[in-house]
Amino acid sequence: MRFEQFLRESAKSYPDKTALVAASRRLTYSQLDDLSDELAQGLMNRGVGRGDRVVLFLDNSAEAVVSIFAVLKAGAVFCPVNPSTKADKLAYILNNCRASALIAQQKVAHVAADAVLAAPSVALTVIADGEAAPSMRGFSHWKDVLAVPTFQTLKSAPGIEIDLAMLVYTSGSTGFPKGVMMTHQNVVAAATSITTYLENTADDVILNVLPIAFDYGLYQVLMAVKVGATLVLEKSFAFPQVILARTAEEKVTGMPLVPTMAAILIAQRNLGPGALPHLRYITNTAAALPPTHIEKLQALFPHVALYSMYGLTECKRCTWLPPAELKNRIASVGIAIPGTEAYVVDDDGNRAAPDVIGELVIRGPHVMKGYWENPEATARALRPGPHEWEKVLYTGDLFRTDDEGFLYFVGRKDDIIKSRGEKVAPKEVENVIYALPGIAEVAVIGVPDPILGSAIKAVIATEPGADLGEVDVVRHCARFLEDYMVPKFVEFRPSLPKTESGKISRRLVAEAQTGNNHDAAL
Amino acid sequence: MSDNTKKTIRQFIETSFLFREDRNALTDDESLLAAGLIDSTGILELVSYIESEFGIVVLDEEIVPENLDSVGQIAAYIDAKQADLQINAIAV
Repeated sequence: MRFEQFLRESAKSYPDKTALVAASRRLTYSQLDDLSDELAQGLMNRGVGRGDRVVLFLDNSAEAVVSIFAVLKAGAVFCPVNPSTKADKLAYILNNCRASALIAQQKVAHVAADAVLAAPSVALTVIADGEAAPSMRGFSHWKDVLAVPTFQTLKSAPGIEIDLAMLVYTSGSTGFPKGVMMTHQNVVAAATSITTYLENTADDVILNVLPIAFDYGLYQVLMAVKVGATLVLEKSFAFPQVILARTAEEKVTGMPLVPTMAAILIAQRNLGPGALPHLRYITNTAAALPPTHIEKLQALFPHVALYSMYGLTECKRCTWLPPAELKNRIASVGIAIPGTEAYVVDDDGNRAAPDVIGELVIRGPHVMKGYWENPEATARALRPGPHEWEKVLYTGDLFRTDDEGFLYFVGRKDDIIKSRGEKVAPKEVENVIYALPGIAEVAVIGVPDPILGSAIKAVIATEPGADLGEVDVVRHCARFLEDYMVPKFVEFRPSLPKTESGKISRRLVAEAQTGNNHDAAL
Repeated sequence: MSDNTKKTIRQFIETSFLFREDRNALTDDESLLAAGLIDSTGILELVSYIESEFGIVVLDEEIVPENLDSVGQIAAYIDAKQADLQINAIAV
């Protein structure tokens, strides 16, 4: 089944039910279905066709949800990009996937305009909100793009389920993002598996504050539509009291968190047991929740099922810990999600015994088809499996199991840093810093941070005579990198430690850190 | 409202957050959140700055847009909190 079909079915089963609450806007299932039909027709009228890539440069908004389904209904592939992405990287992505269209928020129209100038494949840029589109070639405003759908658009499938549904860019250790290819079949498999163990139904009201450019946030949209639930979309967790009030008002039943949000939530002093009586479950993924956070969440919400989970974009989700197991194995991320397998292998690819550390391997219908036009990276991630006819996903994460087969995260095989739950490739940040005049050497590492999980730290040796301060480095990074990649700490040293082959060693840099991590922004 | 408070706050926001975006000016009533200048960790930095710089305690329930989402709102909030402190001091 293709994913847009779930919206058509939910619109048929629950036409007048609220599908989406985004700021002051409420859309019923039939309105969401109709609006996405109109946008799909508009995109098709302007040349977007089957298999074309459409980049969504949108924050959490009704337009973003409409766009996702409109792109699928047009038979095309959506590609969500974080709206804090800067023009150079956006242009890289547009060129990498040869996008034919871009849908952007007014607020970032100037970034979109700069990027599109460097991306000749983009024939259409739709500005999703505000009053009007900039008067540039190929730019149109949302309201001018919407068109009355034809009978054919409404009634015939625009493709088959093994067509690509989405391309999600993820940080690569080379410093260039890679597009994870997911077919409709992949997305349906992942969404079905997750909604099964979360026991989601049409009665759920799911609060999503996570960016929909991040697959954890994106799947909240997809899963809500699949089961006919209500999605409450918020843009930011900056004012937790506002979000908590919203949660109570809308009688939210499901709240997906990352550890950064959990840390902020449990720090709210006016939140006591008995708060949020409608809440049924909380999920956590992206990075492990420290056991003390888990205990505090349980004390605050004794009536709520808490799910510790683990995953990566390449298969969406790998494991979940059944909430009843939490008391016995608080540090475990559980077992494979329903309908899939997750196991630890040694260096030779053989299944490892309990307690032996090895790489986690994933088998199942949720595993990606590969990285867009990147056969080398694909071959590293998707390798021959137990059967001759299949490939399995090597996650690059080190795990062990206990005697009963429950999985425990041990660490990354590469240097990828998890900050605020997002993946940061040190190389990508280093490449940007090297472009700053006066930099001789740089290594980017993660340092433990109670709120961020890991905070990004740049350790730098400057060229003789260079006059660079912390603020110069942060300011420069902020011009070229997404917010979550910008270093929080900057340390200057005369030189950086090297390996025997003369390469800068991030490990040695991290070991020789000064304990004093000044906040670069202050 | 004290212009000094506004000036101090503006300076903090400009050095901590504003330079992250390609923009120079920030009006008194512009929403920091809508402008994308501040996120959940930014708010925490702002609150700890206000507490140490102005000697006030920011309660969780006071961390709401009405108090903290623009330079003008932040300055008005700080002035009101400081006035409360003075009244309490006199009462004691």
